[in-house]
Amino acid sequence: MAKIWIPPLMRSLTAGQQIVEAEGETVRELVAALDERFPGVAERIIDEGRIRPGLTVAVDGAVQSRGLRAAVAPDSEVHFVPAMTGGEGSLQ
Amino acid sequence: MADTKHNGTAAYDLASNGKVDGDGTGQNGYKVIGTRPVRPDGVDKVTGRAVYAADVQMTGLLHGKILRSPHAHAHIRSIDTSKAEALPGVRAVVTAADLPVAEDKIEDLGEGAINLKYLSDNILAHEKALYHGHAVAAVAAISPHIAEEAVSLIDVDYDLLPAVMTVDDALADDAPILLDTLRTDAMGEIGAQPTNLASFFRHQRGDLDAAFADAHLVVERAFRTETVHQGYIEPQAATALYSADGQITIWTSTQGSFAVRGQVAEILKIPVSRLKVIPTEIGGGFGGKINVYVEPVAVLLSQKAGYEPVKIVMNRADVLAATGPTSGSNIRVKIAVDVNGKITAGLAELYYEAGAYPGSPVGAAANVSLAPYAIDNLQVDGYDIVVNRPRSAAYRAPGGTNAAFAVESVVDELAEKLGMDAADFRILNGAKEKDRRPDGVQYARIGQIETVQAIKNSRHYQTSLEGKYRGRGIASGYWNNWGGQSSATAALNPDGTVNLNEASTDIGGTRASISMQLAEALEIGYEQVKTRVVDTDTVAYNDVTGGSRTTFATGWAAYDLGQKLKQEMKRRLADVWDVSPQDVSYEDGIFYAGDESLPFVEAANVVQREEPLMASSTVHPQDFGPGFSTQCVDVEIDPETGKITILRYTIAQDVGKAIHPSYVEGQMQGGVAQGIGWAINEEYIYDDEGHLLNASLLDYRMPTALDLPMIDTILVEVPSPGHPYGVRGVGEVNIVPPAGAIANAVYDATGVRMDKLPISPANLLEAMWAKEAEAAGKPVPGDD
Repeated sequence: MAKIWIPPLMRSLTAGQQIVEAEGETVRELVAALDERFPGVAERIIDEGRIRPGLTVAVDGAVQSRGLRAAVAPDSEVHFVPAMTGGEGSLQ
Repeated sequence: MADTKHNGTAAYDLASNGKVDGDGTGQNGYKVIGTRPVRPDGVDKVTGRAVYAADVQMTGLLHGKILRSPHAHAHIRSIDTSKAEALPGVRAVVTAADLPVAEDKIEDLGEGAINLKYLSDNILAHEKALYHGHAVAAVAAISPHIAEEAVSLIDVDYDLLPAVMTVDDALADDAPILLDTLRTDAMGEIGAQPTNLASFFRHQRGDLDAAFADAHLVVERAFRTETVHQGYIEPQAATALYSADGQITIWTSTQGSFAVRGQVAEILKIPVSRLKVIPTEIGGGFGGKINVYVEPVAVLLSQKAGYEPVKIVMNRADVLAATGPTSGSNIRVKIAVDVNGKITAGLAELYYEAGAYPGSPVGAAANVSLAPYAIDNLQVDGYDIVVNRPRSAAYRAPGGTNAAFAVESVVDELAEKLGMDAADFRILNGAKEKDRRPDGVQYARIGQIETVQAIKNSRHYQTSLEGKYRGRGIASGYWNNWGGQSSATAALNPDGTVNLNEASTDIGGTRASISMQLAEALEIGYEQVKTRVVDTDTVAYNDVTGGSRTTFATGWAAYDLGQKLKQEMKRRLADVWDVSPQDVSYEDGIFYAGDESLPFVEAANVVQREEPLMASSTVHPQDFGPGFSTQCVDVEIDPETGKITILRYTIAQDVGKAIHPSYVEGQMQGGVAQGIGWAINEEYIYDDEGHLLNASLLDYRMPTALDLPMIDTILVEVPSPGHPYGVRGVGEVNIVPPAGAIANAVYDATGVRMDKLPISPANLLEAMWAKEAEAAGKPVPGDD
């Protein structure tokens, strides 16, 4: 199962857990699986069907431009991290 | 310059300028990459023939001028433009009332998420002026002088509000609110109350409290840095022609023609298909020429003036007052070590001033802050705060210099208190592959430790520094870099040359570095590739030149073009030679199949007898490798005046693979030069009402050539696994360490730990006097 690092400001939804394991072949499926166990997670991550503005997803060390559609392997490590804001920094 | 190379990580160059093969792979076999050819745009630039935005001329050209708010914070009750409109020679006057209504909604324009209302408000102020210099109205006239006179005839009735200038002002309980609809976004949890705190986030792992409690030594310090500007030599300038058929053409100085197209389209509610943006040559940007300022105004004026072209050229005061500087900040850092000097915990709190609208670089700063170190127990908090200053823009490794100044000062103090060499401390704690950056993401292959080792083994570091009031400091820094989207086409000419069209603004020699990658891929000479930077109608979408992405990503596109051209040439030659395409090989610029052979130049003719050959490439590479840099500086302090003289400076940087080493060295030296200015002189100075007092380059003191020594460079080459030639972005990380390195050198020279930037003569003298007074048991000057 993929390991998802829960952002600190969302850990109140996961009873303080820093890392949660979930099954899914895409980021979208992982978020859905998370939301089933920890209601409210999806709302914090997704806005209008996409990753919320200001947030990005990294899978196995690489930021994913495909966002929720990005593929995830069973041993993947997934992070939801703040976008790097500030001009070209915000492009990342 | 010396260009030496060594195999193996243990064999580092002691020369001032040199290269270190971080992977120990030795010679790489490249023919073009690693050489230093002349840049394609060089002759035009040194002979004055290159066309910059202010050079654009055309029949019937009108001149635009912008009226700016003299107040930092004010309601706009009314704007009376009647006198300006009546002035002979005036063809159009516009205010925010001429802009389409913008939604209070966050959109991703392909250049990052942005609130559309804020984007529009910053072009021409709507209900409120939010900083001294905020554009309020604009005029187009038949001469610049008439336009200037007309601007002075516009009457604006302001209702003044208290200015909110700093983090502390903005977060005070009774702080005036800048943006009525702003609510704090805490990673998707939206606050209920109006606020100046736009967003808050946290990176956290491990058990911080326990680690601090168990520490052998803890150092905790608070820092303040001031607003600084990118200081590009060419002010913003643009010409717009709104044609009677509805098509719009913009000539502008920009880091991204597609970014201009997207922003103008959104602000003016015009489909992108009606906009063509032609990028002129650019006289520097450093992140400051991504946001639009004058382009939408020129388009509005052109339309209102009866479809005549309108040119707007900012002066230096406009540039400093109204275009994106980078954030001032308040930063607190706390780091713990065990008895062996290993960092066990790190905490950084970053409060960044975004300017009038949300969007400071605090997100990037958070990742820069503790990135050079492997830390199991970590917390980084970021706060994005609006204040009555210009909307902040990117500036070379946005936010990184502030954060590294704070962290590297604390790191230096820890090493000193432990009695450890500053380089050894950084090597002991240096991040490497599989360690985690502050946001938790694991590093791939990186070269942080190699850059420290290169500095430690440099002739500079190995030579002792003598003399009173002289000191040496080192510091490290990180930048994430970026991939982004790039598009390019390559057309094969029958004489064996290739026309490469790409849309990445060439600021630092990227025509050359991209040409070289295509030449390498095709195994042809650099001079056989003719690269042009083209407009938004000519290639597909292309991200900005920024984030240190262009040589990486547009270079990826060039590599891809080379593969496609080679493959198609093989296929066509196979047809000519009546063999299978798999039987055609290509080596050292010659195609082979059995007894047949043909050099590239001749093959280019043969394969196009029946059909021209062109390839296109669109890429969005994700595996960009981050960059690290470690730097060493010697300073001398004049104890009478507080002036800092930079005696010697050496920078080591992990550059992945240096495509054109001269331009890589130029980037490294340029970043250091800007970092030195940031460290010792540059700052926005405001009065209590928020008026900018130093909007000229006489009063906003940037370093000149006379202020700087030769900056020695060491290129550490740890190839990025995410690029066919190992390229890493090289344009930004070099500006991250200078302020920390200089602060540490100042401490070494004076015994004073500076907790604020700039370390200007006044600030340094005050700190030195305070230390002297404290040592003598006298009242500290300035303390009540």
